[in-house]
Amino acid sequence: MITLSHYLMASGLLFSLGLAGVMLRRNIIIILMCLEMMLSAVNLSIVAFSRYSIVHGHQNYDAQVLVFFIITVAAAEIAVGLAIIVALFRSRQTTHSEDLNSMKF
Amino acid sequence: MQLTLFWIFSSLMIAFGLGVVTLRSPISCAMCLVSSFICLAAVFITLDAFFIAIVQVLVAAGAVMVLFLFIIMLLNLQAEECRRVKLGVMLGGAVVVLSFMVLLSETLESSPQFSKMMPPITASSQDVSMIGMTLFHSFNLPFQIVGVLLLVATVGVVLLSRRTLR
Repeated sequence: MITLSHYLMASGLLFSLGLAGVMLRRNIIIILMCLEMMLSAVNLSIVAFSRYSIVHGHQNYDAQVLVFFIITVAAAEIAVGLAIIVALFRSRQTTHSEDLNSMKF
Repeated sequence: MQLTLFWIFSSLMIAFGLGVVTLRSPISCAMCLVSSFICLAAVFITLDAFFIAIVQVLVAAGAVMVLFLFIIMLLNLQAEECRRVKLGVMLGGAVVVLSFMVLLSETLESSPQFSKMMPPITASSQDVSMIGMTLFHSFNLPFQIVGVLLLVATVGVVLLSRRTLR
């Protein structure tokens, strides 16, 4: 049978893949994708904990509402991040993180 | 049945995640991320979280990834050229990731609460209606605050994407 640690291990693997991507990749858009992947890994572990803690005979719905909020905030974050990347590309013509070495526009 | 589905979809999810980290062209990375999110939604379904699975497909795999693909095509990004990978960065990344995984497996081994079986759901309740009740009764104020946050994000994106930045 599936235990809680199966789900937590899958979530941890996905999170560490995202972490490795954030540290190793140079393209800012791909770094944003890896951030999104880390957020989804956290969502997976929250949903797993909610399924394994039974409240009044059904799963813990507070946790699922929290996941709903996390997805919403992640979508807003990605929208703002991509707008910043487009503005950056207009002024610098690059999306490589190594070419962006000053904070002044 | 559930165990087989869990193994299939979680290994597919990890494999596509590996694709996001290793592939060179941004379009392939985005497509891998879409597939990874769809597999994640399938894993949510094995956890009986149907509403969250559907929201994951609609918002994360649908809307957000369309935004990503749109920006990649707008900026006309080509595949990254082979730059010399710094050894220190590689080593640091490997050390951090490996120590995280070792810590996680040690923690999962240490306590018996992580190896309990999935308890059965006894109450017969509809998933979406329960989420709606929880959202509008216990989390009404956070729900409105998230609405304001989305409005602020929209205004911020419009401001950022004006032609001149001052």
